[in-house]
Amino acid sequence: MSGHNESILREPLITGDNITYAKITDDILGPVENKPNKAWWIGFIVASLGALLWVVAVSYTFWNGIGAWGLNKTVGWAWDITGFVWWVGIGHAGTLISAVLLLFRQNWRNSINRSAEAMTIFAVICAATYVVSHMGRPWLAYWVLPLPNQFGSLWVNFNSPLVWDMFAISTYFSVSLLFWYTGLLPDIATIRDRAVGTRRKIYSIFSFGWSGSVKTWQRFEAVSLILAGISTPLVLSVHTIVSMDFATSVIPGWHTTIFPPYFVAGAIFSGFAMVLTLLLVARKVLGLENYITMFHIESMNKIIILTGSIVGVAYLTEFFIAWYSGSEYEQYAFINRSTGPYWWSYWMMMTCNVISPQLLWFKKIRLSIKATWILSIVVNVGMWFERFVIIVTSLHRDYIPSSWAMFYPTWVDISVFVGSIGLFFTLFLLFLRVLPSIAIAEVKLLLKTASEQAKMKQIKEGHENKEYVAEYVESLEKFDSVKQEDYAKI
Amino acid sequence: MSDIKYILGSFGDPDEMMHGIEKLQENNISIFDVYTPMPIHGIEAKLGIKRSRIDIAAFCFGITGTCAAFALIYFCAVIDWKVNIGGKPSFALPDFIPIMFELTVLFCAFGMVLTYYASTHLFPGRAPRVMDLRATDDRFVIAVDAKDNVEHTVIDGLLKDAGALEVKYNERKYISYE
Repeated sequence: MSGHNESILREPLITGDNITYAKITDDILGPVENKPNKAWWIGFIVASLGALLWVVAVSYTFWNGIGAWGLNKTVGWAWDITGFVWWVGIGHAGTLISAVLLLFRQNWRNSINRSAEAMTIFAVICAATYVVSHMGRPWLAYWVLPLPNQFGSLWVNFNSPLVWDMFAISTYFSVSLLFWYTGLLPDIATIRDRAVGTRRKIYSIFSFGWSGSVKTWQRFEAVSLILAGISTPLVLSVHTIVSMDFATSVIPGWHTTIFPPYFVAGAIFSGFAMVLTLLLVARKVLGLENYITMFHIESMNKIIILTGSIVGVAYLTEFFIAWYSGSEYEQYAFINRSTGPYWWSYWMMMTCNVISPQLLWFKKIRLSIKATWILSIVVNVGMWFERFVIIVTSLHRDYIPSSWAMFYPTWVDISVFVGSIGLFFTLFLLFLRVLPSIAIAEVKLLLKTASEQAKMKQIKEGHENKEYVAEYVESLEKFDSVKQEDYAKI
Repeated sequence: MSDIKYILGSFGDPDEMMHGIEKLQENNISIFDVYTPMPIHGIEAKLGIKRSRIDIAAFCFGITGTCAAFALIYFCAVIDWKVNIGGKPSFALPDFIPIMFELTVLFCAFGMVLTYYASTHLFPGRAPRVMDLRATDDRFVIAVDAKDNVEHTVIDGLLKDAGALEVKYNERKYISYE
């Protein structure tokens, strides 16, 4: 880092002038060290009412059994599995940002990884609750573990993807938590050393006695890199195994080898959309425009176009293969999806996931905060419908027409889903208040090389190629946190 | 003077701190440790700290996980209770792979991170050993043992020449929790 300037052609990752190490700490810890504002309280009250609804609906399910949901003998899986896959998918962006982008040395990840990882953990908590509720007898949830016969069952069936899924999701959750928490240690120590009294004592316990000595940091970096290396295949394996829950069955519409890559792309797609939904608001409310810049937003939008297009290609391939296979059951499943009684959900999915994200090819839309925010919600709606389409439309018309049925959610189905969103936001809002929403130490690493002021200094020194400078200044036009006047003078 | 245990050079800039380390080393003054708010690359080489061997530990833990998963599944599904599923073989290795992979990652991650915590003495509730409270915020602190290096005025001068904003004389090793 020391003494090496970054190319002027790269956009700055921290904007604003007079940014010092102390200012970075102050800016990021603002929401943690001060009393919350009105916007936070309103958000928190609404979210916790949602979480309360979730508690009621899940308790009702536990008490009455899954008969409380709208399932019937034909559609035995519906909103619960839709919600499960949707939440697990959302979680994937956090790991992608923290692990995959670290391996690729994408420095822009430094300012968004912390909140994205937090989002992963909360999303996986929401997902896990669906699995537990759907067990019917959640007090026997430990039966999914490999326990010997004395516990009332045989060994679990190791050939079943549902057992693989249990291992995958629990590994994913615990490794993500470990990765997130280890990364938090230096930042918790920062809060500890600035606090007094009880606050200091509490943060001291959670900081594990972090001191920031040379050896601690050296090993910390090695540990982070290896964790990133093992989390990358982990995150791919998780959604691969989730897709195998469907793909290893013999149901037309599910029995497809394309599922693993298609599900992984969809997961990253919906995850980035959720990161944008959260961060565009958090950036504004917490005043973090200098750290989460338009460059970050544009980069995430580019990933959304890429993964959205992969998902689009997968939808079309699926349809083509159904026709090409010559299997009439397979063909019927897809014709029924797009023109049957659930045609509206199929076209909702197509519009939200394939067509509307293509709008992001336009620079104006990609750089508009409002448009990006709306599109991020559209993507999340679309991805929910994708799972609904895959699950319900493949099931509702099975081999015997006399057992064909429709699925209608009950108030419990709806409340569990709406409530899980409330739970997610409650956890996220609490996170913003007690822990730094941006990795402080990692952002400090960027200050001397990739910040706007460092590049400004480089330009003022006058050794830079004129064309490069012109191109750089032009690239700054998209930033809402940069003052153009400063560059007019040079 | 005799009560002083540590001399701290507090820098506001990592490059100046690196310069400070060089200055001290040129004058044969041994450095106790350096505390920084972020990882500084190249500092390990200057202070003669060897490459971390945590990757070897990670590999061993990972392999243990792979073997543990294979042993568990093989025992359950092949030795202890074979389940006849349409006459298919009970030793179906491809079906074992997902769980073997997941446990490899699980063992590797937990084993490595717990090794890291143990080797750097990190655990919940440990009293922080902090010499300068701003070393986790905006200062880069070089700590010199005052008992081993007696020429305090020379150290003071060297640190200030290199650009130290402040030189502190601590009578206690760790100022946290007085």
